[in-house]
Amino acid sequence: MDFSYEQVAAFAQQSGLLYFFLIFSAICVYALWPKNKAKFDHAAQIPLEED
Amino acid sequence: MSLEETVYTVFLGLLFLYCVLAAGKAVDPVFAFHATIGAIASAAGVFLIVRSFIDRDGHVEPAEINGKPNYNLGPVKFASIAAMFWGIAGFSVGIWIALELAYPALNLGLPWTTFGRLRPLHTSAVIFAFGGNVLLATSFYVVQRTSRARMPGLVTPWFVILGYNVFIVIAGTGYLLGVTQSKEYAEPEWYADLWLTIVWVAYLMVFLATLWRRKEPHIYVANWFYLAFIVTIAMLHIVNNAAVPVSVFGSKSYVVWAGVQDAMVQWWYGHNAVGFFLTAGFLAIMYYFVPKRANRPVYSYRLSIIHFWALIFLYIWAGPHHLHYTALPEWASTLGMVFSVMLWMPSWGGMINGLMTLSGAWDKLRTDPVLRLLVVSVAFYGMSTFEGPLMSVKAVNSLSHYTDWTIGHVHSGALGWVGYVSFGALYCMVPWIWGKRDVYSLKLVDWHFWISTLGIVLYITSMWVSGIMQGLMWRAYTELGFLQYSFVETVEAMHPYYVIRALGGILFLTGAVIMAVNLYLTIRHGEAEKPAADVALAPAE
Repeated sequence: MDFSYEQVAAFAQQSGLLYFFLIFSAICVYALWPKNKAKFDHAAQIPLEED
Repeated sequence: MSLEETVYTVFLGLLFLYCVLAAGKAVDPVFAFHATIGAIASAAGVFLIVRSFIDRDGHVEPAEINGKPNYNLGPVKFASIAAMFWGIAGFSVGIWIALELAYPALNLGLPWTTFGRLRPLHTSAVIFAFGGNVLLATSFYVVQRTSRARMPGLVTPWFVILGYNVFIVIAGTGYLLGVTQSKEYAEPEWYADLWLTIVWVAYLMVFLATLWRRKEPHIYVANWFYLAFIVTIAMLHIVNNAAVPVSVFGSKSYVVWAGVQDAMVQWWYGHNAVGFFLTAGFLAIMYYFVPKRANRPVYSYRLSIIHFWALIFLYIWAGPHHLHYTALPEWASTLGMVFSVMLWMPSWGGMINGLMTLSGAWDKLRTDPVLRLLVVSVAFYGMSTFEGPLMSVKAVNSLSHYTDWTIGHVHSGALGWVGYVSFGALYCMVPWIWGKRDVYSLKLVDWHFWISTLGIVLYITSMWVSGIMQGLMWRAYTELGFLQYSFVETVEAMHPYYVIRALGGILFLTGAVIMAVNLYLTIRHGEAEKPAADVALAPAE
């Protein structure tokens, strides 16, 4: 099976777009998920509660 | 001897033998000189390891004392002092070359002091020597504090700090002596690059091992930024500097990339050095030191997560905007422009996050000049990351590229953002690590702030005017279609702005000298911090 440069490039560009878009969306969901709020509120305090 | 000490002793011993051999067989004098520095440095390394082994007499610093982490602050102190030293050296060289542009006779007619050799000395001194030592110092401090764990290693943290500074010495002396691979911000030759690679891998290991030991389950966001900085710089450094030396006993090498691919790799490196060294690394400082100094948590931790990943996803594609209207394919140029414009979002997200951390505590800006330095640095970050995407747009770039506008833009980021956030962090951290209550004099910090700010304003406004004038003069045609100005006329027109710029630089340096004096006084004569246990609560009567 021979692929032309255009075919490989089109596949790489489209799947790359989809892949990056999906993982970035997953990150946003993780960051904004209501249940994670308590965890992040605690994390924000880390520099302030040192010994 | 521990395994770690043995490995470093053997490694540095072998390196010493290679350096002695290389100094003897060197095909060019600069390589012989650098091999001699290498031999002295590695011999000194072996001496320091053996001496500290004898001195410690089987004793190892405990990871904890009375249940509290026993932080390793020696390397942090060294890097803080090194940062102050290199900062003043780098700013001074900057003033010298600024004056050379205004008064060319100042190159003294000597090859070592020409603009072409001093300019990389200035850029490397301020970015890698000053900025690099600030990042090393703060990253070792922040990762230990936020992990509540001592960084591991008897030798490795010191190897990282001292090895990095040896790299700086080799790079800087090489430029003066005319050794360069002519890649902007990556001028050091192959042997310096190899040495930096080894040091950087050790840096990554210390950082990861400290995170590994952490008592705090969550990895604080500043550490993510530091880690992104360390990992990405390693990748960029290795790919961009891939080169074949002409001789293993000579300084000259040839880069493996050629033509437009080389240009693209160079600016993929160059722009991400801005994105991951000068941005991600210093954002880590912002995310730790602004909340700490304001004594308030970061405005939105969720925003910091999105800020981080958006920055990582977008920055890496922005490099081609340095190559508009060149042999680079149009699509690559457009891609670079589009990603640069999209970078507005994470940049401003980060700026808002930093600034809004002060909400409810804005009054502290009036009373605390250290916090003011930090906050103004974030404001400059917002300003220069607004200007950058604007300049990456092709139509704007056709006016701004190759002019002083670029220089002004870079310095609003470098002096305002990187410089001020570093100064703020040093003013915070130096008293903390030397066990002092605060800096010796807040009044002097105030002076530093205002003198430097005036300097930055003079610098960037003069470069805007000079740059836009230069761009407009280059593209001015007469009604017959001839160029209206010869090149030398544009140079002549810029003279007054070059003088103003040099004056701005002198003010900025003055501020930095005030800082160095203040920090010296803090270390030597600062009021000691009272241990919390000593503060007895007075009974109510």
